[in-house]
Amino acid sequence: MVEHRPLSQLAAHLILIAGVALVLFPVYIAIVASTQAPGEFLRGTLPLVPGGHALENYRAMWESGLSRAGAPPVGQMLFNSLVMALAITLGKLAISLLSAFAIVYFRFPFRLFFFWLIFVTLMLPVEVRIIPTFQVVADLGMLNSFAGLSIPLIASATATFLFRQFFMTVPEELLEAARVDGAGPLKFFKDILLPLSVTNIAALFVILFIYGWNQYLWPLLITTDSDYYTVVMGIQRMTTAADGDPQWHLVMAAVVMAALPPVLVILFMQRLFVKGLTETEK
Amino acid sequence: MASIRIEGLEKTYPGGVKAVKGIDLEVADGEFVVLVGPSGCGKSTLLRMVAGLETISAGALHIGERRVNELEPAQRDIAMVFQNYALYPHMTVFDNLAYGLKNRGFKRDEIRRRVEAAATMLEIEAFLPRKPRQLSGGQRQRVAMGRALVREPAAFLFDEPLSNLDAKLRVQMRVEIKKLQRRLKTTSLYVTHDQLEAMTLADRLVVLNDGRIEQVGTPMEIYARPASLFVATFIGSPAMNLIPLDYLHTNGGGDTATALLHDLPEGTDIVGIRPDDLHMRAPSEPHLVVESTLELFEAAGAESHLYVCLAGSDQPTVIRTAGQPPVAEGETLRFYVTRDALHPFNRESGKRIGDHG
Repeated sequence: MVEHRPLSQLAAHLILIAGVALVLFPVYIAIVASTQAPGEFLRGTLPLVPGGHALENYRAMWESGLSRAGAPPVGQMLFNSLVMALAITLGKLAISLLSAFAIVYFRFPFRLFFFWLIFVTLMLPVEVRIIPTFQVVADLGMLNSFAGLSIPLIASATATFLFRQFFMTVPEELLEAARVDGAGPLKFFKDILLPLSVTNIAALFVILFIYGWNQYLWPLLITTDSDYYTVVMGIQRMTTAADGDPQWHLVMAAVVMAALPPVLVILFMQRLFVKGLTETEK
Repeated sequence: MASIRIEGLEKTYPGGVKAVKGIDLEVADGEFVVLVGPSGCGKSTLLRMVAGLETISAGALHIGERRVNELEPAQRDIAMVFQNYALYPHMTVFDNLAYGLKNRGFKRDEIRRRVEAAATMLEIEAFLPRKPRQLSGGQRQRVAMGRALVREPAAFLFDEPLSNLDAKLRVQMRVEIKKLQRRLKTTSLYVTHDQLEAMTLADRLVVLNDGRIEQVGTPMEIYARPASLFVATFIGSPAMNLIPLDYLHTNGGGDTATALLHDLPEGTDIVGIRPDDLHMRAPSEPHLVVESTLELFEAAGAESHLYVCLAGSDQPTVIRTAGQPPVAEGETLRFYVTRDALHPFNRESGKRIGDHG
């Protein structure tokens, strides 16, 4: 199929390189910007080579943040984001694994009804139900808390649905063999279903972690105490400094730090993901 | 070890479909009983009810002295071998064998001892650290057997365990299963749709059709005296020829034939003849003679199959004969049948008539 004509190869490479450059250039600019001295941005030209102030910019953001803009230290915001993203990810995985297990393997009254109920929540993301959800969270006194940040985002139809589809492809004989081998439902879940789902769990972990990490509207709404600011919403605060121009070199340092954890998660989980793909087989 | 007693077992699925319509069967301690029948005859459902994987709609099931109708599979003290092996794909062979024992709280030493003993018996020691997907079909089949073996259960249940193997391996494993069962003397219930497998494995054969038992007996009893038209055509390959009695009366070869057919029990209107019992040479005893045209000649090495059409009718008939007779397609052939080879049936009831021989 593939023809090895030098000209078409060259063209293909050029297009691909242009694409990569297009995607990477903003990232490069952010990194470069985070190494500039204060005021470098106000001269009108965008610097294209790294400056010499990387360490001090990053240290300043990590340790003290932009107090004048009402942004706490990035270190703390990263921690908040991490807690929220992990709570959402693990919570979603646990709940969706269990509910998919129930829906696929147990016969209970209104099973189909509950499945559709879960399915319908797919159509109701946080943004749609944000006002009632805020009311509930406020009434429960969960504003400015990690519980308030994560719990309303945990209920997940997507993950439940994916696990349901996966469980339905697991041969029924495995369940029967396990029953003959004396494994009860929970033992079957723990010893057989979970190990078989590792690949799916890894893939969903990546997706859900990034979903949790990138939450912007919800944390913005329910946190007024800067101790609970997450990094994605905190950055927005930095750009709207009350007095004078935004300090872009510092904002960019925060941006780079905020982008790192999802990248690390993808890099780390990708290996596990691929490993799972090549090693398990039904 | 124990016997299995099945009394009036029925299975009705939600929606009213009856898969098993009242089965009575007793499998003696140490006996190897094979359930055979066409697909959809309820044989697998029956086995799964014994295993506890299907609920029992009516009737009673005893394993040993215990009534086990309501017990979970694990409490019935049975082990099952599945058609697609159902090995746990993420566990090593060792863990696959050990899983049932672990769940029953066996000590680690005991588990190791039993798994190794079973592995030695099945010659799979070398595969213990491997995962199922690294094994061939035959090896997986052995592991599945091993998983049943280590438990030392009261009964083995086999659900078409050989149908995923190729023909050669199937024969080999069949022999091994038989040897193993002889050695362990564990009560076994074995489901298959392959009549050759059924004939060769069974101490006693149960032929099922449409949720009911057609006939129970040793393989040779069933082969020699099929109780119904269904059994007659189902057991034996090629299938038994069924020829209307009227045809034989008019075309059977004169007075000898009339006398011979007169001897058949009252009510017979259809006669079964095994393909082996149509001879090309006239025997010394009194016999029938049928004329036919050879339509197709099939050489299968040690034996040949002749597909013929009986003269003056469109009755297709198969003859099995040793070696390769010098015949040509389109040729007119004569076949000789003795009285012993005639199986009298009644078309309406579908049953064998009377006794003979």
